[in-house]
Amino acid sequence: MNPLLFGYLAAAIIVFSALAVTRKNPVHAILFMIVMFFHLAVMYLGLDAEFLAAIQIIVYAGAILVLFLFVVMVLNIKEEMSGERFSSGWPLGISLAAGIFLLAIIMTGNVFPLGQQGIYTPALIASETHTKALGSLMYTQYIFPFELASLILLVAVIGAIVLAKKRLR
Amino acid sequence: MNVFAEIFRPGIMDFLIQTGIVLVKAVIVVGVLMLHVTYATYFERKSIGHMQVRLGPMAVGPHGLLQPIADFIKLFFKEDIIPAQADKPIFFVAPVISIFAGMTAISVIPFFNGFVIANINIGLLFVLAMSSLGAYGIIMAGWSSNSKYSFLGGLRSSAQVVSYEIAMGLSLVGVMMMAGSLNLTDIVKAQEQYPLGFFWPQALGFFVFLVAAFAETNRTPFDLPEAESELVAGYFTEYSGMRFALFYVAEYIGMIMMSLIAITCFLGGWNGPFAIPYVPFAWLLIKLYCFIFLFYWVRATVPRYRYDQLMSLGWKILIPLALLNIVVTGLVKVL
Repeated sequence: MNPLLFGYLAAAIIVFSALAVTRKNPVHAILFMIVMFFHLAVMYLGLDAEFLAAIQIIVYAGAILVLFLFVVMVLNIKEEMSGERFSSGWPLGISLAAGIFLLAIIMTGNVFPLGQQGIYTPALIASETHTKALGSLMYTQYIFPFELASLILLVAVIGAIVLAKKRLR
Repeated sequence: MNVFAEIFRPGIMDFLIQTGIVLVKAVIVVGVLMLHVTYATYFERKSIGHMQVRLGPMAVGPHGLLQPIADFIKLFFKEDIIPAQADKPIFFVAPVISIFAGMTAISVIPFFNGFVIANINIGLLFVLAMSSLGAYGIIMAGWSSNSKYSFLGGLRSSAQVVSYEIAMGLSLVGVMMMAGSLNLTDIVKAQEQYPLGFFWPQALGFFVFLVAAFAETNRTPFDLPEAESELVAGYFTEYSGMRFALFYVAEYIGMIMMSLIAITCFLGGWNGPFAIPYVPFAWLLIKLYCFIFLFYWVRATVPRYRYDQLMSLGWKILIPLALLNIVVTGLVKVL
């Protein structure tokens, strides 16, 4: 990826994430989050993962954040805006976050061993298209984790239906 | 890293020429598109007028041919009213997002063999991603206007668009399976061996897509977000002048975009029964006009759905039908 592009994207992602958590108006916070997701999608594009980029927009920006907006819009914004900006526990929160950040920096150095490299090189992915490469790996080598993830999602769906149902027979 | 070496690297001229070609193509497409949008409004008023045994616009120019231009000049010079308690930045951005989502999706549509602004591998997914963003324009307009009618219109629309997006995406999966690609040019080329395009093997998918396209563009019979007898004008009640015109244009761009996707994915794209010399995009335009006429025809014929009927149609009929279509297509492909 072009270093100039990476620099811009990384800076923009940090700035928009910070804006998203500091806005008092929850609707503005969500809109900044959408902008952040767009930059993340472009980051995937730069890494030759075009399928992931499209899914990032369709699933996160197109569906999940619409539902977020849906919930936030029915809140009483005026009441939210007049309250305190942060809850009283913020010093503890900031120190915890800083601790986790430090831990992450230390861990990325040498604690985790690198995984075994697969057959897919950037050139092979470009010739075969990212969608095909991802699909063929997901449905052959990684079929068990894939099915496990879909089972977990299915449980969540059934849970939501049970909660929403007024009367159980 | 040396910034200057990066900018003035060898091959920069090729890059500039490529960018220039893309820009020229984009300007051509936007120009033609805006011309079509302008006269699509005239075509709608005329055709619905004649269906209801009246003449439609007749006053400006011969047979009212200059009516869209008169409308545009009027809207351009009208006073722009902004509600006092509106959330101004969001209020300003909302119509732009609406129009932007539709126009961006058109950039991956192949108009004839070799003419496409951006020939990308994930064309179909890109179209779905951009059309899902159209919902934001509507929700943001509804919320930021600080009016009950706008807000209810926005809420209705977001629920409707999110529900029908699923059916639409699933109905296109059959096309992806038949073509074996997400690139729209490849999809059109894969249809050359079928006399009716993917319309025949994918008739069920086409039906689901068609219904979902009407719901996604908020056209009758699914125009609940702007049901005028209940909600005044729905999410754009508080918009006036040029900002109102932007929403109006966005609706027509959405309609053209949905027609273009249906034509590229199901009706064989730029190909026709016989080749028309010198005009490679002739079949695409003919199909587009027929499709847009279908939108008007349905509007003049079918009454509006009730909200709960709309939701149960989307979730209980269209999504199962689309899933059935995927299963059948997969079985036929394997056997």
